[in-house]
Order: sequence, then structure tokens, then C-alpha cells
Amino acid sequence: MMFTTSTKRGARRALATAAALAGVALVASGCALTAGSGDDDSSSGSGSDGAQSIAFVPKQLNNPYTDVVLGGGEDASSAIGYDYSVVGPLEASASSQVTFINTLTQQGADVIVIAANDPDAVGPALQEARDGGAKIVAFDSDTNPDYRDVFISQVEAKDVALIQIRQMSEQIGGEGDIAILSATANATNQNEWIKYIEEEVDTNPDYAGINIVSKVYGDDDDAKSFQEAQGLLQANPDLKGIISPTTVGIAATARYLSTSEYKGKVALTGLGLPNEMREFVKDGTVTAFALWDPAQLGYVAAYAGQALVDGTITGAEGDTFEAGDLGERTVGADGIVIVGPPTEFDADNIDDYDF
Amino acid sequence: MPEQTTTPSAATSGVGPRRASSATGAVDADHRDAGRVDPESASERRLRRRRRLTGRGAIMVYALLGTLIVCSLTVPRFASVQTTGFLLLDAIPILMIAMPMALVIITGEIDLSVASTAGLTSAAMGVLWAAGWGIPEIFVVCVLIGVACGALNGMLVTTVGLPSLAVTIGTLALYRGLALVVIGDNAVADFPPALTSFFTSKIGATGIPTAMIGVAVIVVFFGVLLHLSSFGRTLPAIGFSREAASFVGVHVGRAKFWMFVSTGVVSALVGIYWTLRYSSARSDNATGIELAVIAAVLLGGVSIFGGRGSIPGVVAGVLIISSVSYALRLGGISDVVLNVVTGLLLVGSVVTPSLIAVIGAKRRSRRSAREVLAASETAAA
Amino acid sequence: MTTSHALAPSTGTGRSPIASLVRQREVPVASALVVLVVVTTIANPLFVSSQGVKDLMLNATITVIMAVGLGTVIITNNIDLSVGSILGLVAFGTGSVFAAAPDIPIVLVFLIGLALGALLGAINGFLVTVARVPSLVITLGMLYIYRGVNNAWAGGQQYFAGDRPAAFGRLSVDTVLGVPVITVIAIVVVVLVAVFLARTRPGRDLYAIGSDDEAARLFGIPVSRRVLTAFVLNGTLTGLAGVLYASRFNSVGATTGTGLELDIVAAAVVGGIAIFGGSGSVVGAAIGAVLLTTITSSLTALNVDKFWQQAIVGVLILTAILVERIASIRKARRLRTSEATNA
Repeated sequence: MMFTTSTKRGARRALATAAALAGVALVASGCALTAGSGDDDSSSGSGSDGAQSIAFVPKQLNNPYTDVVLGGGEDASSAIGYDYSVVGPLEASASSQVTFINTLTQQGADVIVIAANDPDAVGPALQEARDGGAKIVAFDSDTNPDYRDVFISQVEAKDVALIQIRQMSEQIGGEGDIAILSATANATNQNEWIKYIEEEVDTNPDYAGINIVSKVYGDDDDAKSFQEAQGLLQANPDLKGIISPTTVGIAATARYLSTSEYKGKVALTGLGLPNEMREFVKDGTVTAFALWDPAQLGYVAAYAGQALVDGTITGAEGDTFEAGDLGERTVGADGIVIVGPPTEFDADNIDDYDF
Repeated sequence: MPEQTTTPSAATSGVGPRRASSATGAVDADHRDAGRVDPESASERRLRRRRRLTGRGAIMVYALLGTLIVCSLTVPRFASVQTTGFLLLDAIPILMIAMPMALVIITGEIDLSVASTAGLTSAAMGVLWAAGWGIPEIFVVCVLIGVACGALNGMLVTTVGLPSLAVTIGTLALYRGLALVVIGDNAVADFPPALTSFFTSKIGATGIPTAMIGVAVIVVFFGVLLHLSSFGRTLPAIGFSREAASFVGVHVGRAKFWMFVSTGVVSALVGIYWTLRYSSARSDNATGIELAVIAAVLLGGVSIFGGRGSIPGVVAGVLIISSVSYALRLGGISDVVLNVVTGLLLVGSVVTPSLIAVIGAKRRSRRSAREVLAASETAAA
Repeated sequence: MTTSHALAPSTGTGRSPIASLVRQREVPVASALVVLVVVTTIANPLFVSSQGVKDLMLNATITVIMAVGLGTVIITNNIDLSVGSILGLVAFGTGSVFAAAPDIPIVLVFLIGLALGALLGAINGFLVTVARVPSLVITLGMLYIYRGVNNAWAGGQQYFAGDRPAAFGRLSVDTVLGVPVITVIAIVVVVLVAVFLARTRPGRDLYAIGSDDEAARLFGIPVSRRVLTAFVLNGTLTGLAGVLYASRFNSVGATTGTGLELDIVAAAVVGGIAIFGGSGSVVGAAIGAVLLTTITSSLTALNVDKFWQQAIVGVLILTAILVERIASIRKARRLRTSEATNA
């Protein structure tokens, strides 16, 4: 007949209920299975099984530079004997890290090592973690100093800036218009480096002929950085060089330059990964660029965390601690620890590195 | 080129104007009461009571309870007061926007611009605070921004008659763009600590965030509006058949307009919450949550065709997704799994009843064909 | 007694061919593009230098191909929100294939990409037609699922331009008569799909389905099969776009293509495709895609604060919908009055 009776409909509903519950149960048990195996690597509470836990929270997962840093952190963590874990968002946005910090607080992590997408957005969550007894180590991109115990900086911020402007000046003959292609507008490390570059150009007489005409942001997105590079060259036809202190930005710009008529005419330098930039150095788009060993950054960060937990350091200026194979490190002003000097790459030495 | 000349009333792609003979079989007795003014008979009351316990909304509530139980058993430390706090803090923006969004979808429209309205509000908050305005004045301006954004959507959809999917894609870009114009790449972070800590504080020892009080008010308001008020009962009618609703005397345009205004206002409130909870006003705040809201609303049993849905179901939908995400993160599982699970939940929640209905319809038509054949045989005999 | 002219195209007595040309659906968006280019060139002549024009064409290529595919689906009154995730999967797949077999013939890689895209599109199509579920919901769910698969597959792995043969990368650099090779591919795609939609039976059926699928079904059109075809076509074209993405850009990884879907829908809408299906053309969608990508470059070339860009795109979308609506109302009125006068 045309209309089913209400009992038939009720039966269908019951079936749907059962299906929904079964579906959820299936999904949840799937999670349980993976949670069960994940539990072996994820951090457990301090003291409960003896091992301390250290958790790394990068700006985002699936970033090649970050993966090298984390590799160093993992090596150090196993040398120290801490339980190592990595959690983080898939997208680098200001607030996406907060929920992960919250779960770490709940798990009772002993050390949280974080590279902040935004210096303040993660503040309240970090404070809560500290109230729960965690030590906070910032690395790569600092948080507001109120929220962390120490900040591990890969290099002296000023050194990075000096190297980049020197390399640029050498490549363009000491004068001309240049532009800067950065990552996101709020990234602490980016803004610091840019600030020093601008200062240097203003005050140093060697760079008197150099003019910074534009600053653009590629948001660490390949396609966006690519388009920003295009825009720079269209808007400033006399541009002699681009400094890009971000590995995604310099790679995207190099790709654009090498496929355009500007190849060889516009200089490009900045911070890049040797594996990404090798092709462009070989084909002449890029003469020289700089970076450091990212693995050392994670390595020192892990040891700093251990030192904080043991009470060896408190983050005050003058404290020193042992960073495993790398030797002693000193805490500077504002709780900043420097890892080491930057490395310059060019056609001669680029094949020596694999990261 | 072939041209389209009819004027569609429902807004969501995938159906267009509502077909009364829709083959999903999802048309059921939920519609019968919509917009009726005569008193219910005893059998209808009984039906409504039974539906309350077995309808799609109720199913989602049971599913939520099931999810919570499974998560508590399998993920260590999930069953704790801390979880309640963190989980709810994360869920609040989605829960808040899901309320008016459910109503909008029930009336057959959709609003994709909610996240951008929240972002614009956040940007305005930052700029005004940096300029030295006082907090009460800033709140008022933010709510007004929400009203304006919602009113623009509403006007374009009802007065001008444009499809809401396309309009809100446009306003999604427009409002987010205005947020960029207002605050640019800057971030304002020095909000008064008393205010920001209020938003992360919890009620006593229960772990429930203090802000949940306001959220509960919003949930109850929309729940009462949809289920208990006479205005609310016209909304499913509008979604089911716009023409029929206006024949019965429902002012369709006005109802839809106010629905859009309500999404605008609640999005503005979410913008305020987001800014103060994270103590950071940025133009990219709340990016992308419109899809999460829609996924939760659809999971909660609201039909994308319009005309059907319940607030308890939507609340359950939001909390299911939030619980599963928090449980996965607490268990140290990558967000990759979370993405796949969310997608599967969404697809499964819509495909399963639809498949059941399609199979049921096939079986019904086969049975009735058999009956007709048998009847004609006995008639011929 | 009334002679039915309902099925004959409305030529209108006494209308000049110029008037009917102007009334073509693609005109508003094409004129917007022309105006934009002219204004920008006056302000910054470098905009139409040979490098500038090449850049414009290259930037638009991928969006054009995707807009053509998605436009076909929208014409049938459906939508596919998972195109960004499909692009990401195919782009990463292309990178993986080259990394695993560096000497593989490039044509084969294209075929693999197209096949993968077609498969993913077919999954969407099946769910929409067999399970009879609204495409907005299904493709929203598949967006999450495909993205999750991409993340699980890629992890932190990224493939860079150096991992792919130089010849593959040169597709985005070399030109044929001044037009980059990949843009030529895009133009061919637009022409083929436009001809398919306008001149073949299955193509025209898509418009009928978009206008009223019940009537189409009663008319004898195999609706499910046609809609499935549209989704498979969309998937294939997105797969093509994914392969070309790997040629043009540097890195492909887990997050490639995130967030593209709303841009492509915007391009189709701006190009005059009605969101409810049944009208619009893929040529318009292609022009809409070119317009939106050109705005980005144009604003940069004009040194306009880039912060205005998204707001301008939003205004453009709203204007396009408004224009489309006005056009369809006037068309309806004209059809009604022409029926009355012919009766």
C-alpha cells in the first residue's frame, strides 16, 4: 500500500539507530586500536613509569624543515632517556596549536618544546601547562617571553640578517633596489631578521646604495610565494635582488626566476634548505644562500628541557648546561640560547649536505 | 545555449527547487505538523512522543553517549574534569554557530559566511581596542557588525532573490577581505587579562567553562524557538515547501531574513569569544570553521534539503565531532585520522538512511507490484 | 490552438544580431576582464610585457581547467567540494611516480594522473547517484577523507621541482606561438568541453538535468548515468590540473591544494554559471577563472594594498550573481511574452 504502518517505520528507525551506534562503535574502536599502539610512543605522565616526557609542538606538521629539526630532537631525547612525542596542527594558524598544548597539559608532559605560530595566542594555554608543572622551551619561533622558560634560537638573529644583506650586496654590486619576501606577517623570527636587515641597510655606509623597496608575505605557501615573487618583479621593474629568509619562500622564488626571463638578472638569497635549492644553485639562478643545521636546533632544545627539569638551569641569564655532543651552552639575556653560527651555501659546498 | 527560467526557492546545491516526489524516502511524518494550527489529536501526540525517542535527533544523542563511553574506556585520561573544560572550550564556537545555522538550513538556505563574519568582528575588536575604545562600546560595535553582515546576506537572499549558496560564497570572501582591510597583517594581543582569563575560567570543580552559561542560553533560546514557538514551527514548513508555507500565511521572506541576521549576530559573538579566549585579534581568526559547523549540523540530523532537523540532534552532532577530535588528540593520534573520521561520519550519516530508504522503496514498489498483479488475477478469475 | 514555440530557440523578431551577441552570457565577465587589463596596463605597462602576459596565462591555466570541470558538475545542479583534495592527491601522486621511476615517459604520467582523478571523481559520482545523497554533503565529506588520505600518504614527504625531469618542468616554460604549453592544453580542454556541452546529446542532457531532473527523467534521459559522467569528467580534469600543478610549482606534499575549492566555485559563479544548474557555459567559467587570477596580479602590479584583493573578489562574486539573476529574469519574461504574442 502507499503508506507504511508506523510499526514498520519504527522498525526502520531502530535499524538506523543500531547502524549509527554500530558505526560509531566501529570508528571508536578503530581509534582505540590505533590509540593502543599510539600509546606506546605518546607521552605518559611523569613519574608514573619513571620516564619523563618531552613533547615537541612545531608550527605545523609535514614541513620538511621542521622534520629535520624534530629528527635532532628525537635523537637527543633518546640519548637523554625521555619519552619523545610530536603533536601539532596540520595548518599553521595562530590558534591551532592551543588544543594540542591542552592535551599535553592533561597528559602531564614534563617538557613542552614549541615553535609558536603567534607569540600570544598560545600564551594562556602555555600558562596552564606551567601551572601543571611543565617546563616550556620555545624554539625556532619565540612566544611572548612571559610564557616560556628559555628560547632556543638557531643563530644570533643579527648574524642571520648580516649574512643575508652581505650576500645580497655582493651579488648586486653594492647598490640597487631590493625586496624582501617573507613568510607570515606575524612570525616573530621573520620580523626580527627583517628588522636587523633594515637597520643594517640604514646605518652601514657600505650599503648606502641599497634600497629596500618592498616587503611581501608568502605565508610559507608555495603557490602564494610564487605569485608574490611575480608581483614584486612586475611592480618594481628595476629590482636587482630579493632576500627571502624562509625556506618555502626562497624555493618558490627560485622556481619562478629560473623559469622566467629574470633568471640570472635578479639576484636571490636568503635562508634555504640545500636539498631544495641544489637544482637552482646548479642552474645559476642562485649564487649563495645561508642556513644552519636545523637538527642541532632540536637537539639543543631537548637538552635544555632536561636541564630545566633537573633544575640545572632556570632560564636566568648566565645559566649554563650541557647540550650532549655539542658541548656547553649559555643562557643569554631574555632567556635566549644560541645554538651556533650560520652556514653559507654555494655551488662549492652544496653537495656536502643532505637536508 | 539552453536557458534556465524557473525561480528556485531552496538554496542548497544538489536539489535546487524541492521535488515533492524526492526519491530519498526521507519525507516522513515530521512534516505533517509543520505550520498546522488545529489542535493535535491524541494519536499525533503519541506519534510525536515516540518520534522524540526514535527520531534522527534522538539517535544522534544516543550516538553521542555511545561515543563518550567508548572514548572514556579506550583513551586514557579522557574521563576527567580537564577534558570537559578543554573539549568544551574548543567546541563552543562551533556549537554557537551551529544553532542559527541549523535553523537556516531547515528553512532551505545555507550560510557559508559565518566564519568571515567572526573574523571581521575579531579584526574590528583589535583595531578598536588598539585605538583605545572601551570594552562595552567595542562589544556593541561588534554585535552591530554581526547584524549588518547578516542583514546584507538576508537582503540579497530574500529581497533580491539570489541563491544563498552563491551569495554567501561571495560574502565569505567579502567579509574576510574587509577583515584584512581593517586590521591587515597585524595582531592585537594586549586585551585585559581579567577579561581573557574569564573566558578560559571554569565553574568551580566541574570543569565546565564559565562561558558555557552564555552558550547554554543561546542553545536553549534556539531550541525553544524552533521546537516550542509557533514561529519556529513555520521554519520546517518553509524548508519543505516555500509555496505551501506562504499560502498558509507564513511570511517567508521575513522569516529567512531574520534567520540570516541571527547567524550574523551569533557569528559576531563567536568572534568576540575567539578573540578573548586566545587573547589575539587577527584577520584570519576562525578561518574555515564554516565547513566544520555544516558538517556537525548535517551529522546532527538536519536535512540539507531543508524542512527537517532538531536542536538536540545538532548539539549531539557538534559534541560527537568535538569528542572524537579531542579523544584522538589526547590519544596522540595525528589529525590525519581525524580528517578521515570526520569525513566518514558525515558521509556515513547521510548515506546510511538514504540507502535504507532506497532499498525500502524498491522493496515496497516490488511488493505493491506483486499485490497489484495478484489483485488483477483474482479480479480476472 | 496555440503553436508551441517552447522548444525553438528564441530568436525574437526584429532583434539585431548585435543585440543577441551582447546578450550572450559570457559578455559581462569578458568585458570585466578587458576593462581590468586595460586599466592595469595604463597604470603599469609592464603588465602586458611578454613576461607579464606569460605569467598571466600560466597563473590562470590550472584554475581554468578546474573551473571548466566544476562548471560541468554545477550545470547539473550538483557541486563537488572535494576538488582541492583531489588536486593535492594527484599532484603528490605525480611527484611520487617521478621519484619512483625517473625515466617514465611523461605521457604515461599524464595518463596516470587523469586516471586517478577520474577514479576519485567516480567515487563522488557513485555516492551521489546510487545513494541519492545531495552532492554538497557527500563532497564535503570526501573533502575531509581525501585530504586525510593525502596527509597519511605523504606525511612530511615533499617532492620538489628537482625531483622531476627537466622536460616535465619545461612544459610550464616553453611556449607555442608565445603561449605556454600548459596553457595550450587548457585552451584545448575548454574548447572540447564547450563543444561537448553545446553540441552533443549527452552534453545538452546535462543542462536538462540541471533545469529539472524529474522532467529529464520522465523525458527518458538516463539521469544517473549523465550525472556520473559529469563527476568523472570533473575528476579527470582536476587530475589533469594536478599533473600540471606538479609541473609548474616547486613543491607537492600533504597540503597541496587545500582551500582551492571555494576559489573554483567562485570562478564558475563569476563566469555566469548558475549555482542551481541548467544554464551558463564553461567558456564563461574559464573567463571567470582568468578574471579572478588576473585580479591578484593586477592589484600587485598597481601596487594596491593586497589586503583589498579578497574584498574585491567578494564584490565581484556578488555582482556576477546579480547580473546572472537579472539576465535570467529578463529571459523568462521575454519567453513568456514571446509565447503570448505567438499564441
